[in-house]
Amino acid sequence: MGWFVRRVIQSLFMLWVVVSLVFLSIHFVPGDPAELLLSQDGGAPDPLMVEMLREQLGLNRPLVEQYAHNVAGIMRGDLGTSMVDGSSVSAEVMRRLPRTLELIAAAGILSLLIGIPAGVLSALRPRGRFSRGAALAAGTAQSVPVFVLGTLLVILFAQVLGWLPAGGFTPFSRDPGKHLQLLILPAATIAIGLSAIVFRITRASMLDVLPLDFIRTARAKGVPARRVVIRHALRNALMPVITVFALQLGGLLAGTVLVETVFNWPGLSGMLVAGVNARDYPVVTGVLVVVSAFYIGLNLLVDIIYGITDPRVRK
Amino acid sequence: MRQAFQSPSGILLALILAIAFIGPLLPLADPLAMDVAARFAGPSITHPLGQDEYGRDLMSRLVHALRSAILISGGAAMISAMIGISIGVIAGYVRGFSEALSMRVMDVILCFPPLLLAMLAATLYGAGPSTLVPVLALVFVPSFTRVAHASVMTVRGQDYVDATRLMGASVPRIIFRTILPNIVGPLFVQFSFVVVMSVILESGLSFLGLGVLPPQPSLGMMIGAARSTFAQEPWLLLAPCLSLIVLVLVLNAFCDHLRQLFDPRRESGA
Repeated sequence: MGWFVRRVIQSLFMLWVVVSLVFLSIHFVPGDPAELLLSQDGGAPDPLMVEMLREQLGLNRPLVEQYAHNVAGIMRGDLGTSMVDGSSVSAEVMRRLPRTLELIAAAGILSLLIGIPAGVLSALRPRGRFSRGAALAAGTAQSVPVFVLGTLLVILFAQVLGWLPAGGFTPFSRDPGKHLQLLILPAATIAIGLSAIVFRITRASMLDVLPLDFIRTARAKGVPARRVVIRHALRNALMPVITVFALQLGGLLAGTVLVETVFNWPGLSGMLVAGVNARDYPVVTGVLVVVSAFYIGLNLLVDIIYGITDPRVRK
Repeated sequence: MRQAFQSPSGILLALILAIAFIGPLLPLADPLAMDVAARFAGPSITHPLGQDEYGRDLMSRLVHALRSAILISGGAAMISAMIGISIGVIAGYVRGFSEALSMRVMDVILCFPPLLLAMLAATLYGAGPSTLVPVLALVFVPSFTRVAHASVMTVRGQDYVDATRLMGASVPRIIFRTILPNIVGPLFVQFSFVVVMSVILESGLSFLGLGVLPPQPSLGMMIGAARSTFAQEPWLLLAPCLSLIVLVLVLNAFCDHLRQLFDPRRESGA
C-alpha cells in the first residue's frame, strides 16, 4: 500500500510543480508582463489599457498573493477569465474537452482494432509477406506528420472522391448520423499513426512471448492453435502494448491540436490556437494545465496498473 | 561517419542537404518576390514548378523552406544535445545530489506536451524562429540527458575507466577522453532521432502559423496556405506535402541505419 500512496503523492507534487511553473512563466519574461501581452508589432501599448490588464490579471498585487490566489483558483477548478471577452476559461474548457476526448477515444479504439490483429498476424510469420508489408506501411505511416496526413485524406475523400465532408462538427443530439460522418476522417487521421505504434509493440511483444515454454506446453497438450495464440500468448503479450498505448494517449491530447485544426473540429485546439494568436495568456495556460494534469494522471494510472499486475515494480 | 553515409538513406540525405544548401546559391528566383499578375501560373522556364497565390516562385520557396527546416531542427537538436549530454554525463558520473536533481528536473519538462509548451512560449514571447529554436531545444533536453545518463552508468564501472582514474587522470579528462568517446554511438542515434521530431514539430507549428513567420517560406506554412486553393492549383499543396514526407522518410531511414550501425548486439566490421 505504501508504494501506491507514495506514487500518488509524487504525481500530486508533479502537478503542483507544473502549475507553479505555468504561473511563473509570465514572470520569467523580461519587462512588464501586461505591457508585453498588449504590445503588437513593436508599438507601445496604451498606458490605460496596461493598467486595466494589470488589474484584471491581478498583476499589481504582490507576487505571493497572486500565486496563492491562482493556485487556490485552480484547486476550485477556476482557471481564470479570458483577456479577450472576459468569459470563464474553465467553462470553455468543459464545453470543448468532451469533443477532444471523443476524437481521441474513437481514434484509440480504431488504432487498437487495426494494430493488435496486424501485430499478432505479423508475429506468427515474422518473415512472411504480410509481415514485411505491414512493417513497411507502419514505417511510412509514422513518417507522415499528422497534419499532412489529414490534409491528404481531406483531398482524397472529400475533394476527389466526395464520400465524406471535409470537416466541421454537428452535435450528436442534433444529427447522430452526420456527427459520426464528421468524426470518421479526423479519427482515422490520428488512428493511422497510432496503429503503427500499436502494431510495432504488439509484434515485438508477441515475438518475445511465443517462444516461451508455456506456449509449447499449451500446444503439446492439444489446445487449438487459435486458442493458444489468443488466450495464452496474446494475453501475456498485451501488457507492454497497454502501457505504450496509454502513454501515447496522453501525448495525443496535445497532438490532436493539429488534426482538429485541419478538420475544424471544435475541441480544445480551436480555443488554444485562438488564444495564442490573441496572446490571451489565461486561455493558453488554462488549457496547458488541464492537458498536463491529464498527462500526469495517465502516467499514474499506467504505473498503478503495472503495480497491480507486476508486484516486482513496487520495490 | 563515412560508414553512416555509405547507405541508400545516407546518400539520399546527402542529396537533400545538397539541395537545401547549394540550391539557394544557384540563380533561382527570389522566394519572396511577388508577381500578382502571374498568380497560379503554371511551369515556365523562369519558374520550373510554377507560381503560388502571390506569384512567388514555388521551386525557390521549396528549396528555402527545406533549408530553414533543416537549419532550425538541426540547430535546436545541437543546442539540446550540448545541454542534455552535459547534464546527463555529470549526473551519471558524479551521482549523488546532482543526479537526483537533474533527473527530477527532466521529469518536470516531460510533463509538458511539446506542442503546447511551444504555444505557451509563442503567447509570451511572440511567434517566430527566435522563440521556436529555444523551445525545441528545451523540449528535447530530457531525451539526451536520459540516454547520456544511462550510457555513462554502464561505462563508468568498466575496468578501463578505473584504470585511467588510478593513473591519476583528472575528472574532466576521464569524462572527455575516456567516457565520452565510448558512449558516442547511442548519443548520435538519439541526435538523428531528435532532428526528425524537431522537423515534425516545426512544420506543425508553422502550419498553425506559430513557427517560421511569413513571408519567409516554410513547408508547414506552405501546406496551410495552399489548403484553400487546392481546387484551383493542387500542385501548390502537394509539392510541399511531398517534400516534407520525403524529408521525414529519409531522416527516419537514416536513423534506423545509424541504430543498426551502433547497435552493440551487431558484430562490428562490415
